[in-house]
Amino acid sequence: MENNRMQRIVDFLKSLLLIDIFKGIILTSKYMLFKKSVTINYPYEKSMVSYRFKGEHALRRYENGEERCIACKLCEAICPAQAITIMAEKRFDGSRRTISYDIDMSKCIYCGLCEEACPVDAIVETPNVEFSTETREELYYTKEKLLSNGERWENYLKQKMQELAVYK
Amino acid sequence: MPKIVINGEENEVKDGLTIIQACDELGIQIPRFCYHDKLPSVGSCRMCMVEISGSRKLVPSCATTVAEGMEIQTETEAIHKARKMVLEMLLVNHPLDCPICDKGGECDLQDQTYRYGLDNSAINVVKRAVEQKDFGPLIDPYMTRCIHCTRCIRFATEIAGVQELGALGRGDHTEISMYISKALSSELSGNLAEVCPVGALTNSQYAFKARPWELISTETIDVMDAIGSNIKVDASTLAVLRIMPKINDEINESWIGDKSRYIVDALRIQRLDQPMVRINSRLSKSSWHEAFKVIADKLKSLNGSQVAALMGDFVDVETAFITKKLFNALKCDNLDCRGGINFDANDRGSYLFNTTITGIEEADSCLIVGSNPRFEAPVLNARLRKRYLKGGFEIAVIGDKYDGNYKYDYLGNNIAILNDILDGKHEWVKKLKSSKKPMIILGQGAFYGNDAAEVISLAKAVAVKYNMIQKDWNGYNVLNTSTGMLSALEAGFVSQDKKVDTNSIIEAMKARNIKFLWLNNVDNINFDSIPQDVFVVYQGHHGDKGAARADVVLSSNLWLEQNGTYVNIEGRFQRAYKAVPSVGESKESWKIIRKLAEYINVDLHVETFEDLRNQIAAANPNFNAEFSAASFNNNSAAVPSLAGEIKSVIENYYRTDIISKNSVKMAECTKLFMKK
Repeated sequence: MENNRMQRIVDFLKSLLLIDIFKGIILTSKYMLFKKSVTINYPYEKSMVSYRFKGEHALRRYENGEERCIACKLCEAICPAQAITIMAEKRFDGSRRTISYDIDMSKCIYCGLCEEACPVDAIVETPNVEFSTETREELYYTKEKLLSNGERWENYLKQKMQELAVYK
Repeated sequence: MPKIVINGEENEVKDGLTIIQACDELGIQIPRFCYHDKLPSVGSCRMCMVEISGSRKLVPSCATTVAEGMEIQTETEAIHKARKMVLEMLLVNHPLDCPICDKGGECDLQDQTYRYGLDNSAINVVKRAVEQKDFGPLIDPYMTRCIHCTRCIRFATEIAGVQELGALGRGDHTEISMYISKALSSELSGNLAEVCPVGALTNSQYAFKARPWELISTETIDVMDAIGSNIKVDASTLAVLRIMPKINDEINESWIGDKSRYIVDALRIQRLDQPMVRINSRLSKSSWHEAFKVIADKLKSLNGSQVAALMGDFVDVETAFITKKLFNALKCDNLDCRGGINFDANDRGSYLFNTTITGIEEADSCLIVGSNPRFEAPVLNARLRKRYLKGGFEIAVIGDKYDGNYKYDYLGNNIAILNDILDGKHEWVKKLKSSKKPMIILGQGAFYGNDAAEVISLAKAVAVKYNMIQKDWNGYNVLNTSTGMLSALEAGFVSQDKKVDTNSIIEAMKARNIKFLWLNNVDNINFDSIPQDVFVVYQGHHGDKGAARADVVLSSNLWLEQNGTYVNIEGRFQRAYKAVPSVGESKESWKIIRKLAEYINVDLHVETFEDLRNQIAAANPNFNAEFSAASFNNNSAAVPSLAGEIKSVIENYYRTDIISKNSVKMAECTKLFMKK
């Protein structure tokens, strides 16, 4: 009973003197005046992205220009969203190659299992997230689009695969 | 019937089985590489090791016969260790190229390694590589992957009967290779890809096309020859990708002929995909409505006797039956499906293979007249060879000589020899007389140049005289080549008038008595002899001579695109199922007739496919009944004395009908094997 009354007096004084508000103002002004800002000016500035980040897909080539993809269809099989469709055929030189490699990016859930399943590091995910489109059709990626992504990101991807190789 | 104990459970199994066979029958799985239930076992892979109490060592279950009171363990620590080691040894040289291997996903080695294997090995040596070989157009070899189970060698020597494949070299240098020739000269060589437990021998047509997990499989019937082999059709959502045999010990065991397997590439080539009508001497595309209207207008202007209909290859029982019903409703009796060889439709026993295919294994002598079973029915030929290898099987051939992968006595090339045999003048009669279960096979060639009824009565007389007809043995056989003809015959697609046949219909057309001709997949009649003013309707799926002559083309589905029933040489009714969707605007063939009936105001009383099947079952009790061989009917007509050369019907196994004619693979085979 006694305690309770005491508590009510303290609370009354606190609210009268605006103590909590001053505490808040002090904390805010600490960040405002003495610490470095953490937000970035997005389109012009970008934050660090881990090698494990899963963004837009790309198909890689070997250094001699040969496509890496061998049409084993493991990515197609493992894809939980069934976003990947591959058609394969014997190429003129007798090697196993795709004739089409399509990813429906509107289905993709960016889980990265395709990348993990690939035995030749052909299908990989770049850190790019800026590929929004105006139409749905533009999100149906073909082999050409994926290969051109691969060319664009090859330097980064090479580094990425080296970094991650130890965990494979 | 020995009693054995497997994994603690007592079971009674048949006498003389090996342990692996007993386990297969009881549904206990034992891994294996070299053992195949249709091939002689060699016991070389050591994967099927099991433990027998009392034996210090593990024993190979494929080479050990069961004995009374045997106690067998199939899953113990020691067995698993042994299997692991076998796999480790196999993987010393087997490349890890599963991602590009066609067998990936259905590979025995892959599955077993997943089940028993280790993910690394103590043996790290450079894997051996084998030079790429040439096995011909049907098989793609990747011999680096070979694990030397020798299944392919045993298949080639035992089943196909060509001693061309063997293992060269010893130890690490062992290579499976052709001795001399480049391609296996057998009509069963496609089965090599089937027996190979790894991806060393693969189907060249299916190369890299798909993975087993994305295929839609349908079990159906093959119609490329008249054996009625059971097949499994693997398709993507649209197209057939490969055809494989389905095991049926009564018909095809585990094998199918190359023509049945490799016509896949022709299924979508040269297809009739929409109805066409001839306008100003050119066939032009039309709608179904238009095409039916043109036919109906024509039919209404003619009476029944001016109309004729013929059935050809690939016709199913249902279509033949409903077509017959339609034309009978038009009071037309000019029907035929026999294409020149006038079998008596009322005497089933006279045109079927009455011994049955399994019955061959009981026979002890065989007289082949005018047939090359190797080309006409390669799977049946494999049965003949199987019986031949057991020993005590005398074969004689009257007709063209052929390379039959069994020894036979060649009697000559004249039907008169059959007369000699009947009169007891021929030497071979001794062998016939001494055999207990003799059989005679009449090929299509036997009817060449002679009246079918006469040839049949002569052959029947031979059968009766030489003890081929016994209480539980019927040795009289006819080997037909067209499932369509047999199916149409069973549907009763022949004229009531015995004088009407294909030739008489053509003659009637020449005499301008018949002015309308309905063809269902008929491409092998002489189209030049049909006068220009005869109105021809062609119902079929591939464009060839028939469609080129037609005034109206009705595009119907392929047998893989619709449900249907087909009759094989034994008279066995088998259901075929739809495996892939139809092409373009083509329709199920029975539905085309059903729709046409509406245009000519005929009520067929058929609303559904079930209605149709019920009607067939009412007309032909064999339709739904369990298979039983037809009875022998000795209609003792006067035995004619015949003479004349016998000519085989099939000269080129790889090009016999409108489907195989359009196949690129078959053309490659023709180029390789058929040059003379």
